[in-house]
Amino acid sequence: MMDTGLLPVLSTEAAPSSPGAPLLVVEKLTKTFPRRQSLRSLIRGEPRKRVHALSDVDLTIHRGETLGIVGESGCGKSTLARCLVRLYRTDSGRIAYAGLDVGSLKGADLRRFNRRVQMVFQDPYGSLNPRMTVRATLAEALSVHRMRPPREIEGRINELMDLVHLPRGAARRRPHEFSGGQRQRIGIARALALEPDCLVADELVSALDVSVQAQMVNLLLELQQRLQLTVLFIAHDLRLVRHLSHRVAVMYLGRVVELAETEALFTRPRHPYTQALLKAAPELDPRLRSTSDAVRGELPSPVNPPPGCPFHTRCPDAIALCMTVRPELKPLLDGRLAACHIAAAEDGLAAL
Amino acid sequence: MRAPLLLLRGLQTTLATDNGALTVVDGVDLDVREGEILGLVGESGSGKSMTLRSILRLIRPPGRVSGEILWRGRDLVPLREPEMRAIRGREIGMIFQEPMTALNPVLSVGRQILENLRAHTDLGRTARRNRTVELLDLVGIPAAAQRVNDYPHQFSGGMRQRAMIAIALASNPSLLLADEPTTALDVTIQDQILKLLLRLRETLGMAVILVTHDLGVVAQSCDRVAVMYAGRVAEIGEVSAVFAAPRHAYTLGLLQSVPDARRIRQALRPIGGAPPPPGTVGDRCAFIPRCDFATAACEVRRPPLISIGGGRLAACVHGDRLQQAEWAA
Repeated sequence: MMDTGLLPVLSTEAAPSSPGAPLLVVEKLTKTFPRRQSLRSLIRGEPRKRVHALSDVDLTIHRGETLGIVGESGCGKSTLARCLVRLYRTDSGRIAYAGLDVGSLKGADLRRFNRRVQMVFQDPYGSLNPRMTVRATLAEALSVHRMRPPREIEGRINELMDLVHLPRGAARRRPHEFSGGQRQRIGIARALALEPDCLVADELVSALDVSVQAQMVNLLLELQQRLQLTVLFIAHDLRLVRHLSHRVAVMYLGRVVELAETEALFTRPRHPYTQALLKAAPELDPRLRSTSDAVRGELPSPVNPPPGCPFHTRCPDAIALCMTVRPELKPLLDGRLAACHIAAAEDGLAAL
Repeated sequence: MRAPLLLLRGLQTTLATDNGALTVVDGVDLDVREGEILGLVGESGSGKSMTLRSILRLIRPPGRVSGEILWRGRDLVPLREPEMRAIRGREIGMIFQEPMTALNPVLSVGRQILENLRAHTDLGRTARRNRTVELLDLVGIPAAAQRVNDYPHQFSGGMRQRAMIAIALASNPSLLLADEPTTALDVTIQDQILKLLLRLRETLGMAVILVTHDLGVVAQSCDRVAVMYAGRVAEIGEVSAVFAAPRHAYTLGLLQSVPDARRIRQALRPIGGAPPPPGTVGDRCAFIPRCDFATAACEVRRPPLISIGGGRLAACVHGDRLQQAEWAA
């Protein structure tokens, strides 16, 4: 039923890996969530515990690139996405969009920002109104933001359906009449209705079967090329992130621990957590089997993140320094960023 | 070659729905050997989980299971519930994707292992208690003796899956059915659980059927793999052989859908369309509408699963033509 679209092979030149101008700049972004407090601790006057979801995150997203964000649950990648589209108010730090401080935007400027940075959610069934037809959903987005005069809305809806390779007639139907992959296409069409510069895709394909995943990957590549979109691709599937991203940021316990060009990151990871993550990801080649665990232990509690390097509790290389002094995210010799004392020392940039 | 522990022949599972009977497992032939890890892969709705449940007859009436399930030569299909209970959870254990829904939230983890030991072993009271700690230790729960009295909600997702494995191991089963045991877990924890299953297989000589949708998981942990499509086995063989040269067009399609590190940011080759709804296949190959190789020969009948040498079986008319399709190149 669904047209998968035989795409022309998209060349890597289409979206240059050489950075364009910075589109979104995140500086020292911090976000915590209060935990529910028991009556006893309230009466005792104990301070309220907080989950440290993001701590001092610095990131730059260049125009036209795909920045992949990987990490395990609880690393803060979804919180970061929601902070970027202002679904969460940040505790501190700054987000700049095309040079403008998002926190100080008001009125028309703020609405323009809301329109320019769009999010597509993992669960399209939860983010689409079940009582609205696809047409109504798209028409609402188009009219609220005055994207088109009323008489052009119908034509624009058809264009959007074409863009995501859904039959135009499907606009009459409601979300439950579609498969998971098709619903994801509707979510994308809704986001594209506002003609955004930047798409924040949070686990866009994670719930889909592998063959449908491939269809969505192709759609994303095609749309990015056609519309010059900047994409923040958040996923836990390393293979997909590698396939789609120009650069990749690895997050652990609310912090970026390594950020590098995709190939450099995957062929020579420098942070021990990145190394563990890559080792743990199951390779498709049965000849490359290992019998030892990629990393011991589990994620520490984000309520009480460990002092020093957040990864030291599980790191095979940790030394005394790692337990007390937190490594800053700094450039290594090849220009990538990593927050690791040992990697910095290896490159002769710090003494241990 | 190791002796088959379990043989499925023409396994068929029918569920009763509002829209009438639905055949979700449609003639599965499968053999599981002593001590092997057999992967069962396929898309959602291919019948892999239902096959697993059917083996233990975990199908609620009026849904029914027919065909043959030969467990050590004995057919489980005609067994009555009390006889079945001596096998389910004792000789054949099972673990699930969501440990939190499979564990009892109001009983401590230790208590749930004790219950299983009491039901399925002759151990005395003290021996059971010691064995409980031993089992938790075996599955890698740190400080097992202290955590015996913890409740499932005090465990992390990975720990819960470990606890569930410990419960399944209490009866010392010869076969463990694992239904997507790592799908809900993070990749480093998934890696730990898979390595644990591999170690347990080594030390206990237990066979495992591992249901997963992740081809990487199969490549890294299974000896053989059975690929399922539309309620039937499409292809079965040694993992390395199947991955190197698939002999069913669907297997080829699945492998091609996965991003290849050598072709970054290029269009992938998805399998177009969607699997057929159960009961709509008829007497022809179920994969025809999505297949690049389909010809009139595929329309004649539903291709049977036949031996193609090297211990492999495939249900594809065009197995030989696939070899020319250089999927890896």
